[in-house]
Amino acid sequence: MDRVSVQTNALKANQEIATENRRLFAGEGTVVINLMSAPGAGKTTLLEATIRELRGRYRLAVIEGDLQTALDSRRIQALGTRCHQITTGTVCHLDARMVARALAEFPVHGLDLIVIENVGNLICPASYDLGESLRVVICSAAEGVEKPKKYPVMFHKADVVLLNKTDLATASGVDLRDLETNVREVNPKATVFAVSCKTGAGLDVWVAWLRDVIESCGTVASART
Amino acid sequence: MHELSIAQSIIEIAEAEARKESSRCIQTIKIRLGEFTTVVREALEFAFEVARRDTLAETARLEIESVPMLLRCVVCGPVTDPVRELCLICSQCGLPLEVVSGEELQVEYIELKSEAERM
Repeated sequence: MDRVSVQTNALKANQEIATENRRLFAGEGTVVINLMSAPGAGKTTLLEATIRELRGRYRLAVIEGDLQTALDSRRIQALGTRCHQITTGTVCHLDARMVARALAEFPVHGLDLIVIENVGNLICPASYDLGESLRVVICSAAEGVEKPKKYPVMFHKADVVLLNKTDLATASGVDLRDLETNVREVNPKATVFAVSCKTGAGLDVWVAWLRDVIESCGTVASART
Repeated sequence: MHELSIAQSIIEIAEAEARKESSRCIQTIKIRLGEFTTVVREALEFAFEVARRDTLAETARLEIESVPMLLRCVVCGPVTDPVRELCLICSQCGLPLEVVSGEELQVEYIELKSEAERM
């Protein structure tokens, strides 16, 4: 019997494609967000609110990941924003190859921002690099204060955590300070915003932050007025 | 259930190595699995049973070494006390802790049956 040393990350194939995606995005000067949360935390609603603030100023596109249906795509397209739907069937996360395939038929030349809305799931998407520049995770107040501790890998790897549905905090028996403490304990380096897509509270701070990121990434578009 | 796609990736990596060695039968695949990953050991073992069919790893054994989560503060050094509820903030100085180990998902080695052993 022969033993052969391998020393290879099990997700190497995904990582290689993610690196290619990242190179493509960097070459275009495009900020790419991998937007993740549990189902129903408000990814698409946050995306709609963000698009309303940024459209006209920046060139945007969205890649939607869902197990089934193009419902979310239609919501984005209704805002006049280009959107490509990836339907994963039974797969519980997007991977870099799915994004690379989407890019082959959905040209992203010259964009300032692409948001990839991942499948609603706080576990599996955490393991798959898509080539994004920012990992943004949403946790809604309606989910209670313990989600960051119960799904620590997802929250630990986030660059930004948005605490959404702050208008429901009182009704949900959630102290937003406790929720933020739990986020910071698993990820002391995260940038945290508290927002309500329903009332609009806090969205200005998030959008201003995102605009700074887009501006500092470089080649912002001629679409800007 | 992303363990199935991870099991498939592990087998693909092992098969590529086996082919390099001109072997057609993988006997063992040894991996290191960190505690601070999204992969559940039992689910991965089950997924491996399914994924190995019709591959060079059809009769292979998956050997999983669990890697504990170890933390370190850049100022105060390694954390020796048990981590309370995954609080990754240094209890001494309040700085963010670094994860030193526990994030591994690594194929370590494979063991191949030689042609003579297959006879």
